[in-house]
Amino acid sequence: MDLKFLDAEPTAEERAAVDARLGPPDSAWDGAAERSARDLHVAIGGKKQRDRRHLLLPALQALQGRVGWISEGGFNYVCKRLTVPPAEAWGVATFYMMLSTMPRPRRVLHVCDDIACRARGASDLCDVLRREHSPALHHGFVPGRDDPPQGTKVEISQAHGAWTTAPCLGMCDVAPAALYVDAGAEPVERSLGGMTADRALRLIGGGAVPRDTLENIERADPGKAAASANQADDAPLMPFVGGLGELRLLKRVGVVDPASLESYRMHGGYKALEKAFALGPEGVIRELNEARLVGRGGAAFPTGRKWDMVRAQPEKTRYIICNADESEPGTFKDRVILTADPFAIVEALTIGAYATGARKGYVYIRGEYPLGATRIQYAIDEARRAGLLGSDVMGRNFSFDIEVRRGAGAYICGEETALFESIEGKRGEPRNKPPFPTEKGLFGKPTIVNNVETLANVLPIVLNGGAAAAKIGTPKSTGTRLFCVSGHVGRPGVYEIPMGATLGELIELAGGVAGSGKLQAALLGGAAGGFVQAADMNLRLTHEDTAAVGATLGSGVVVAFDDTVDMKDIVLRIARFFRDESCGQCVPCRVGTMRQYEALSRMLGREPLGSTDQELGLLHELGTAMRDGSICGLGQTAYSAVESAIKRLGLSPT
Amino acid sequence: MSSAHQQLVRLSRPSSKPKAMVEISVDGEAVSVPEGSTILDACKKLGKDIPTLCWHQTLTPANVCRVCMVELEGARTLVPSCSREVEPGMKVKTRNERVDLTRRLVLEMLGSSVDLSISPGTPEMIAEYDARPERFGPDAANVARPVKDDNALYVRDYSKCILCYRCVQACGDDHQNTFAIAVAGRGFDAHISTEFDTPLPNSACVYCGNCIAVCPTGALIARREWQMRGDNTWDESKQTTTDTICPYCGVGCTLTLHVQDGEIVKATSPFGNDVTLGNLCIKGRFGWQHVQNREAD
Ligand SMILES: Cc1cc2nc3c(=O)[nH]c(=O)nc-3n(C[C@H](O)[C@H](O)[C@H](O)COP(=O)(O)O)c2cc1C
Ligand code: SF4
Ligand code: SF4
Ligand code: FES
Ligand code: FES
Repeated sequence: MDLKFLDAEPTAEERAAVDARLGPPDSAWDGAAERSARDLHVAIGGKKQRDRRHLLLPALQALQGRVGWISEGGFNYVCKRLTVPPAEAWGVATFYMMLSTMPRPRRVLHVCDDIACRARGASDLCDVLRREHSPALHHGFVPGRDDPPQGTKVEISQAHGAWTTAPCLGMCDVAPAALYVDAGAEPVERSLGGMTADRALRLIGGGAVPRDTLENIERADPGKAAASANQADDAPLMPFVGGLGELRLLKRVGVVDPASLESYRMHGGYKALEKAFALGPEGVIRELNEARLVGRGGAAFPTGRKWDMVRAQPEKTRYIICNADESEPGTFKDRVILTADPFAIVEALTIGAYATGARKGYVYIRGEYPLGATRIQYAIDEARRAGLLGSDVMGRNFSFDIEVRRGAGAYICGEETALFESIEGKRGEPRNKPPFPTEKGLFGKPTIVNNVETLANVLPIVLNGGAAAAKIGTPKSTGTRLFCVSGHVGRPGVYEIPMGATLGELIELAGGVAGSGKLQAALLGGAAGGFVQAADMNLRLTHEDTAAVGATLGSGVVVAFDDTVDMKDIVLRIARFFRDESCGQCVPCRVGTMRQYEALSRMLGREPLGSTDQELGLLHELGTAMRDGSICGLGQTAYSAVESAIKRLGLSPT
Repeated sequence: MSSAHQQLVRLSRPSSKPKAMVEISVDGEAVSVPEGSTILDACKKLGKDIPTLCWHQTLTPANVCRVCMVELEGARTLVPSCSREVEPGMKVKTRNERVDLTRRLVLEMLGSSVDLSISPGTPEMIAEYDARPERFGPDAANVARPVKDDNALYVRDYSKCILCYRCVQACGDDHQNTFAIAVAGRGFDAHISTEFDTPLPNSACVYCGNCIAVCPTGALIARREWQMRGDNTWDESKQTTTDTICPYCGVGCTLTLHVQDGEIVKATSPFGNDVTLGNLCIKGRFGWQHVQNREAD
């Protein structure tokens, strides 16, 4: 490796931020300011140094969190500390939208302008902010673009705070939402719901920062009519959860103290791990198979089979990862579990490790979930203190520990192989499959990746048996499922229903259609899903029923739009999402998502090339090539919602 | 050492253990290839012409251009023939409406966003698949940007870059292990860059020019060729090549001298050469001007 660094030194503050994350440097070879006599006689480098590459993103995040951007000096220092070639680190630093490689103010408000927030006034809010602030700063090279990609546009306010638009922040239940970030020795990160232009302006200007909106959760009484029904603009300031029938996954949410292991134990915590030890590894996997549990992260792969595949690998170093990247627009269920019942995920990962022989686990949580990251980290630390993690879990001579990794603004890092690359300190570019993660995953070792909700299912299945779980729902779709209901409903929130309940029942549970009271359409499954309409209220929410109508449960998204919403605007926002979130690796997706956005803009702006039919034909061909030719699920599904809008909503310029 | 390099080293040394053969069917024809071969290898054995852009014989497949896609029975999507390894019983179709559509769209996407004017073989591909990049209209976003002319030896014109990752791999762990360039940015904004876009002389670049050798589009181009193309005097039909041994050091790399009108205009090394794999160093690739400097008697 030919290492050559730029001539730029870190400030004392930058050095301190990086050292706080990585520990002090051992020698001048890895960044110490002074050269010792020993340094002159030995060369320290090689594989041991290169193996620290996985700390690259955390180190860059330390700089971002401390000074609000990544300067040449700070960047240089990180590269020296980790022996990473600067060009490679640059590729990583410029990949993540929450990292800035241009100077920017310490205080930034990330304002969501994605679909659920648009249904609740985010567009107007952003218009006001645009008017009230000096012109946009354009960062980096933005070729022939109508507007720059997410995060590259930061507007400096009079008081040197800034704001930027953001894709879905996973707080659609408290829309319009914003993420407040203030860099410093003790950075402040707050998720704020019910955003108004006035509040946003005050925050950007340095006003007092309120409590995190997500700190507490309210359980909606199933019988009671929603208080705020039909008052869409009166957004509730506390997230709701509820459900139909017995709650299995949300049982403790809003009841247990998320910061107390004792409280978790009082509500049945760690009973499942004890049961798992009694069942033995094969027994645990047998229960999962009997429950016919399939993954809740979108791909619906049988969980028991996945665990078994890793268990059967000859390679003994194995990993288990909780995928908490949750960036699909309209999705916020994982956030609710992580913030309100974090010990459940620690316990479920421990069971997974026990069943599959993994000794190390990770929770990869999206960067936009500060409270979730704090709470899961606290739960892990508490569990370790109590001997529930570490070298001898519960005195069973079984060793397992968990590390939290935060994302930095990239939807694609939820794709499991991109997630590996991200943890390894590389750009979040998906790998070509095969080989599959169960064979070659994180650091090339067999790896289980499971969604937060999938892991939450493991506890009741192990505790009450797979057969009991299989009785819930339909034969093909067993168990209960979490749905994220947002947009124009009376009581947006996360609702747990048995598979097979209808869309109408779900929307009733969420307080019925709000706004104008007339449903125009609902997005089902997420940006990678499709649209349904008022006539579909009897649709049973199962894998088989949704597949039959060309829809999908996806990540459990239901965003309701009343008849005042301009659906063209929503579809265009979805197309923009894919354009902005494409990793850029493969041609069909990198260029295709751009061409799709362009064609839709022309067509819906009534300036089609040729005729509308010609544009529709072009869109269809683009969609087919993206689906057939892209490397990963992002490109493969980038046309789904657009296609469904064309087919089912009759999307056209008029 | 990267897998491509390992494979090459393995291929270049006769192994005592013969590899197991795997039989697959391509367009209905049976073909057997050694275990670990790709679908592309099998197609080549049958003499089938599969278009490729990012694949290169000396590099680990990046499988990013997606022009080599074929239909594999039982697979949900098309698969990249350049990187997908054969498995017994695979049934592959290399040409049909579905395959051709994706190939055509990929060529149209590249043709509408990148300057392919000096990319050898690409116009032929565009014609064969009836691709019409102009379909996306005159306002289609493209990657055009100013030429980077920041050193004496070569020029980087990223308006011609299809982001095939070849140069990054050649500079990185497939060949040179210098890591002077990498992919930066994301999505349509993804591009090849040094850190902070610093000029090459400030970067780790050692001017081996191994990136130039593998660039398929002429985005990376040696100074003399750049000048001659600018003067409209570059004419490959008038060029001859002569293989010789590089005079500089004891490694003895095979050097191919490209000569036009009695002047050396370029030096390369054959990709199939098992000493160089097409790679050279700064001296071999750029240090031939002295041969042509004659003092007047
Ligand atoms: C673009 C893209 C984004 C994804 N994002 C997520 C995510 O945020 N969370 C998640 O659990 N799965 C996500 N997935 C699916 C994962 O790749 C993987 O299938 C899943 O985490 C497996 O867990 P499960 O079997 O428990 O569902 C995503 C997939 C794609 C293609
Ligand atoms: S489909 Fe899109 S996101 Fe996935 S690898 Fe290709 S460019 Fe990246
Ligand atoms: S510069 Fe050339 S070799 Fe490098 S990515 Fe672009 S087209 Fe490929
Ligand atoms: S938080 Fe705004 S759309 Fe989800
Ligand atoms: S040649 Fe196979 S993907 Fe580029």
